[in-house]
Parts: sequence; C-alpha cells; structure tokens
Amino acid sequence: MNLSLLILVPLITALAILFAKGLQQIRVIGLVGAITQLGLAIWLLKLYMGEKATGNKAAHLFESNYTWFTTLHINYHIGIDGISLAMILLTAVIVVAGILVSWTMDKLSKEYFFLLVLLSMGAYGFFISLDLFTLFFFLEVAVIPKFLLIGIWGSGNKTNSAMKLALMLMAGSALVFVGLMGIYYNTNTFDIVKITQMGISVGVQMFFFPFAFVGFGIFAALFPFHTWVPDGHASAPTAASMFLAGISMKLGGYGCLRIAALMPEAANAYSWIIITLATIAIIYGAFATMMQTDLKYINAYSSISHCGFVILGIGMMNKTSVNGAVIQMVSHGLMTALFFAAIGMIYSRTHTRQVAQLGGILKVMPFISTVFVIAGLCSLGLPGFSGFVAEMTVFMGSWQNPTGAYRLATILSGASIVVTAVYILRATGKTIMGPISNEHALLADATWNEKLAAGLLITGILIIGLAPFLINQLIMPTTNILMSPITKAITLK
Amino acid sequence: MLNNIFLLLRQELTLSVLIFLLLFIKLGRERSNSSILNFVNSALLINLTIGLVLSAKGELFSGMFSTNTLMILEKNILNLAVLIISMQSYVWLKNHNQVIEFYLLILTSLLGMFFLISSGNLLIFYLGLEMSTIPLAAAANFDLLKRKSSEAAMKLILSSAFSSGILLMGISFLYGTSGTLTFSILTAHIGNNPLQIFAFILLVSGFAFKISAVPFHLWTADVYEGAPIAVTAFLSVISKAAVLFTFVSILYKVFQPIASTWYLILMILAVVTILIGNLFAIRQDNFKRFLAFSSIAQVGFILIGISGSSIAGSASLIYFILIYVFSNLAAFGVVSVVSALTGKENIADFKGFYKTNPLLSWVLTIALFSLAGVPPTAGFFGKLFLMMSGAAKGNYGIITFAALNMVISFYYYLRVVKAIFMEENETPIEKLSIPILSKIAMYICVAGILVTGLASVVYDYIYSLSFGL
Repeated sequence: MNLSLLILVPLITALAILFAKGLQQIRVIGLVGAITQLGLAIWLLKLYMGEKATGNKAAHLFESNYTWFTTLHINYHIGIDGISLAMILLTAVIVVAGILVSWTMDKLSKEYFFLLVLLSMGAYGFFISLDLFTLFFFLEVAVIPKFLLIGIWGSGNKTNSAMKLALMLMAGSALVFVGLMGIYYNTNTFDIVKITQMGISVGVQMFFFPFAFVGFGIFAALFPFHTWVPDGHASAPTAASMFLAGISMKLGGYGCLRIAALMPEAANAYSWIIITLATIAIIYGAFATMMQTDLKYINAYSSISHCGFVILGIGMMNKTSVNGAVIQMVSHGLMTALFFAAIGMIYSRTHTRQVAQLGGILKVMPFISTVFVIAGLCSLGLPGFSGFVAEMTVFMGSWQNPTGAYRLATILSGASIVVTAVYILRATGKTIMGPISNEHALLADATWNEKLAAGLLITGILIIGLAPFLINQLIMPTTNILMSPITKAITLK
Repeated sequence: MLNNIFLLLRQELTLSVLIFLLLFIKLGRERSNSSILNFVNSALLINLTIGLVLSAKGELFSGMFSTNTLMILEKNILNLAVLIISMQSYVWLKNHNQVIEFYLLILTSLLGMFFLISSGNLLIFYLGLEMSTIPLAAAANFDLLKRKSSEAAMKLILSSAFSSGILLMGISFLYGTSGTLTFSILTAHIGNNPLQIFAFILLVSGFAFKISAVPFHLWTADVYEGAPIAVTAFLSVISKAAVLFTFVSILYKVFQPIASTWYLILMILAVVTILIGNLFAIRQDNFKRFLAFSSIAQVGFILIGISGSSIAGSASLIYFILIYVFSNLAAFGVVSVVSALTGKENIADFKGFYKTNPLLSWVLTIALFSLAGVPPTAGFFGKLFLMMSGAAKGNYGIITFAALNMVISFYYYLRVVKAIFMEENETPIEKLSIPILSKIAMYICVAGILVTGLASVVYDYIYSLSFGL
C-alpha cells in the first residue's frame, strides 16, 4: 500500500471542506474523510501483520522514497514500523471521535473542520516520515492549526493560551531544528534509515542530543517545559483538546523515541537527567492536579503526569520500558481524548467546568457519567483498562535497571498513582454523585454522535486493557529492532 | 554586435522603450487614469514575458555589462515584483493626478537596478545604484499632500546620499590600491592589505545602508511609514532584492580572497540585524513600520545564508528573495487596499478583520505565516535553507541564535493574526470591494507562496544557476 494515501485522504478532505456549503455538508465530508482514514489505518494494520506473519524482518515496511530537494539531499522518504502504525491507528480513532463530538459546531464551521483535518494531516505525515526534514516539516504543519483552533473557538483566556502554546511549540521546533542541523552536517543526510546504519560519532551525539530531545520534549510536556499544557488544553474547544492531548503530545513522545534511537550513546549518557525530569513531572503533575478545581485543568495537569511516564519509559532505555512508553502513548491518547470528550459533553450542557458547581449529574446523564467514570478509572490505572497495562509495563521495564537511583525514581513514580487515585476519585465523586442542583435537573443525556465517539474510544481502551498481547504483538518486534543499538551502546560501556 | 546588443540588453531595452512611451503619452492629450493604468499593466506584463523567453550569456562594452541566465532570472524576479506592485496600487493610483510620473520614477529606478545587477565594473555599478535610488526618493514624496511623505523623501535622499558617499570612498580606496575598477581584474589584487580591508568595510557599510542592516537601518522605519505603500513595497522588496543580488555576487566573486574577513563581518551584522529588527518589530503599531522592522529581521537571516559562501548560499538567497517577493507583497497588497479604501494603517484597525473580509484576512495570514517561516508556506523552506547554508560552515551557535529568533519573530506575526481572527472591534473595517487587478495580484502572491516551497523544481533550478566560492 502506498503510504502517501494517509496524507492524501486528509488533504482531499480538507480541500473538499473548503468547497462545501453549510454545516451539514461540511461535517459529513469531515466524517467520511475521517472514517475512510480509519479504514485505511485498519487495513494497513492487516497488511502489516500479514507481512510480519510471513517472516518479513525489515525494520520499515511499505517504504517509498522520492527525491525532494536533490541538491540538499532531502527526500520524501516514508515507511512505517509497528510504533508508527500504533500511532497512526491512535490518530485515526481520535480524529473520528473528535469530528463526532464537534458535530454541532456552528461558529465558523468550515474553518473549524478544515483546521482539524489539517492538524491530523500533519500528524499522519509526521508518523510516516523516515526523513528528518520531512518529519520536521510535518511537525510544524501541525502547530498553526492548534493556535487558530484555541484562539478562535476556545474559552477563557484563549488568546493568551493560544499564544503561549504556539510560541513554546515553536521554540521546541527551533531546538529540534538545531539538532537536525547537527545530524545533517555530520552525516550529510536526513534519512533516518541511513543514519541508523551509519551511526553518528559520540561527540556529535553528546552535543546535539539535548537540542533535539528537549525540542521534542517540549511537545511531550517535558518538565520544566510543560507550562503550555494546562492553559492550552483548558482553553481549547473540546475536539481541539482531544487532538492536543491525544495526537499532538504524542508527536513529542514519538520524536523523543526516534531521537534516542538515533543517538543511543548520548541518550544513555543523559538518561539520568531524562529520568529525573520525568519523575519530577510525574509527581509534580499529580500533586498539581490535586489543587485544580476546573475539570479541564484536572485532566490537563494529569496529562503532564501521564506523559511523564512516556519520558520515563524512554529514559530507562530497555525493551520493556520503551514498550511501555509506546503503550502509554496510545493509552493516554485514547484516555485523555475520552476524558476531554466527556468534559466537553458536560460543559456544553451545564456551561460550567467547576467541580464545585457540578454534582449528581449521574441522575440526568447516565451515559456521560459512565463515560466520565471509565475515563477516570483508566486514568488511575485500574486493571482491565489500558492505563494499567501501560503503566505496569513502564514500571516493569524501569525496575530492570538495577541502579539504586533508578529504582528510587521507579518507586516514586509508582507512588504517584496513589495521588492520581485521590484526585480522580474526588473529582468523579463530586461531579457525578451527590445532590443535583436545580438548574441541572432537566438536562439531556448524550446524543448519538457523542455516544458513538465515546464508544469508539472506549473500545480502544478496552482492547488494550483486556488483550494487551495484541498491541504487544504489533510494537514488540519494532522495539526490539529499535533498541538493539541502544542495548549495544549500554553493554559496550 | 547589434544582434548581440538586442539579445543581451533586451530587458533593459524593453524597459527604456516603455519609459519613453510613457513620456510621449504624457506629452500627448489628457487620458483617463484607468486607461493609462491598463496600458501600463499590460506593458509590464509584456516586459516580464520578454525577459522570460530567451536565455543568453555574454558581455558588452568590454566587460562593463555582463549577463547570464542567473542575472536574467534575477531581473525577471524584479519585473514580476514590479508588475505585482503596479496591480496592487491600482486603487491608489486611480485617483492620483500624476500616474505617469509615478511609473516613470519607479521604472527608471528599475532600469538602474538592471544595470546594477549586470555591472561588471565598479563605475557602472555605482551608476546603477544611484540611478535606482534617486528616483525612489522622488517617488517617496508621492502622497503629495501628506507632510510625512515629504519627510520620508527627505530622509531617504539624505541617507542614501550619505551611504553613496561612503560607498564612493570605498571604491576610490579600492582603485587606489589596485589600479582597476573591473571586477574580473580586481579580484587578483585583493588581499589582506589594511587599506583594502578598510575599503571593503566602507563598501559593506554602503550596502548595509541600502539593505537596511543594523546599525545602518535608522532611516528605514520612518521612510517606510511616510512613503505611499506602493513605494514602501518597492523599497522593501525590489530595491533590497536588487542590492542583495549584487552584494552576494560581489562578495563571492570579487572579494573571494578575503572570505574569512567578510565572513566575520557578516556574522556580526547578521546577529545585530536579526535581534534589533525583531525587538523593534514587537513594539510597532503602524502596519508599515511593523513590516519595515520585520523586513530588517529578514535581512539578518539573508546575511546568515550568504555567510555560508557555498553554491547553496547564493542559491538560497535568490530562492528566499523570490519567496520574499511573494510573501511581502501579499502583505503589502492587503495593507494597500485597506489603506487606499479606508485610510487605516494601524495593526489595531485590523481587529475583527476576519468577520468582514475573510478573503483579505486569509491572504494576509498566509503572507505573515510565510514571512514567519511556517510550513507549508514557502517561507519555511526559504528560511530553513538560508539557515542550512549558514550552518554549513559548522557555525551552530549562530544557527541556534537564528532559530530562537524565529520564535521571537513568530510572536509578532502571530500578534497580527491574533488581531485579525480573535479580537473584537467596535468599529471594524467594513466589507471592502477589491478591484479585480488587486485580486489577481493577491492570487499570484498566494499561489507563489504555496507553490514555490513545495515544488522543489524552483529551488533546484535556481541552484543549477548559482555560484559559490
């Protein structure tokens, strides 16, 4: 299958939206495009597993390579492995859900859906790129839609949040760019496959790894560059919050992983810093969440904590922990998207997100409340949901590191789950249980589109939670390939 | 010989014929502005086409004038930019009393630039430079009833006279130390002789005045603000482009022996130019002043690209200028329509602009994104390639600096986007009816912004023509 289809479908959808008339046409086109894309992604999964079953051991499948800028050695080189496929599936699911929850968006709907689709196109392009320049191109394509989505359709202090988010992400990409320049001028290529074969000299790695890693880290809410996360997520409209947490933050995690695999020696040398920052993010995020009173802020701060696990998994640098990091990315994507969807549904009815003003909505909105509880339970890592599988894998991987300090980091991160349980249970309890205020007593439950969106996301969460071997089958072979240079680097040392 | 003149000088000749035609039209009976404008715009289109058809390479007048495919391309870029500006100023010129004089001035200036680009000798270089500057000072005064406009003209003529003086002094030192003015012979005589280095610094200062690099930028903002928008656009795009084309070819060809010296000078200039341009751009309220400072910052990026002194260096410069023509002119196009129809020129006036004028808003937004260097616009590729060629010498410090400064520049471009889309305004600009020519010009610019970057053919073509150390 030609992977360019994954970029073409959103592109055509976006153009079709531009020429559509009226909300009905626009949203139908958006949905059809998103479902086509989801179908493509699932079909791709089938093809990929088929190839793997026949014993194809290649690191990347369905590669195609076109020259883009000849003289600068820039190629449009695309291909997928298990990890990128997992990310593509995640993106496809969230895009469908996001479009479903924005079904009634009537303010500038054309621009809104156009930007959503454009953002998803950036993400797809990013995940299939095997050329660092192309990767960088798509990374930045995804920034501007976020700025406009938050600034135009957001709530609260939206322009400031949008500005903060855009500037911090741009600063992130500026750092990534410097890192890429360092790689480029020492290997004379942007091609990830070639660079992996060639290897980069250790001196160069030590100098440029921090740039690239921190750059992508800003996208993934690496402490202390996480400050765009709470405001950005809280101000964004529902679908944009889902995209931000579900897709956009994953760009960062995925980028960090790729960079670590490209520069294994440096990643190993700096791993103690990465782990320290990740542990701080996990604990700080969890405690900061406890202080929040706004549902969106609660979810946004908990995202910092959860994304800390992704960074922790990558920093621990062994097969199990990296596996865990990837599962955590997928799980967190689905879970926060679900959480934000539920919050959006509540907010659109009650017009408040303050925990103190809500209560007892279970009586009038049983479906939405159930969704809310499921998202909460997944977030605190209840077995049976994806959050448990992901965090468990990260801990198991981290524990394999025998050094005392690493053990301490693992224990501290593990302890944060207790804090998570506190804030999740408190927020859930206060929101859906207890007496209901009179003004909320007559509100209606979820509509078909909201049910569909939630159902889709919950299915994803349950598949990972109940049958973790499925996703393991998909990503394990890739992590093995990806981690082999790193393992070599560690053992050599 | 005669054939050769017609072939090699054809762009200059077409332009001269056009200038004379305009003079005769002026002498003849009174004509309506719109018929004159239609005539001039079609003539400019023909002028552009004539430049596109044939490529030629050669020298004339014993090396005084030389041309090749690259120079023809550079002139075509300028021709295209003039055409776009002319189409954009339709609204403004339609009610102006001196339309023909305006065109006479800017076309004469353009002719000067053509000789500047093709110069093979410091004399013709100087002549070209003066010919391109002096008419512009008169053109800057073209809002005849505005005092600011004549102030701008005064500032422009004084500062350019000053910079020409410095330039001449540099040229005379060069002549004194080498005994020649011809570029090709001059190169052999250039060395690390202190007087020559001094002459070189004077020369660079003269150039820096013209491209408004910091610390020679002080005239820029006032002149840009006071001059009519068409002239501001001309100054910030075309005249800068012409001088930069010449600058890079003189640096790479004539001053090649002292490359290590000018590398350092360029670095220092680039750093202060980017920084000052950015910091001042943040604080501007007037759209034209804002674009003035943003264009100063852009020049800083260009200087970084040139400092790479490879083929990629000059290629990325020309590529960037092409993109800059599209992006900056798209921005100026919108501002000029708004200003001509409503008289509003402040960024604050653009609050809530999207509600009333979605098309113009998108054009302006795309232009600003391209100036900021956001994909998929061409500005992304242009800026990245400049920085890549700057990094080729292993100078990662400056690349980090430039990359972080892109973030600052991003802030002030986004500030405008924010005003357009997200802020409320009690007295928004009403819905404007845009004349068809301005619309076409905007479409050309937007198409240019979207295509020039993604279609790698453009860059590869420019690269194939370029030269390096």
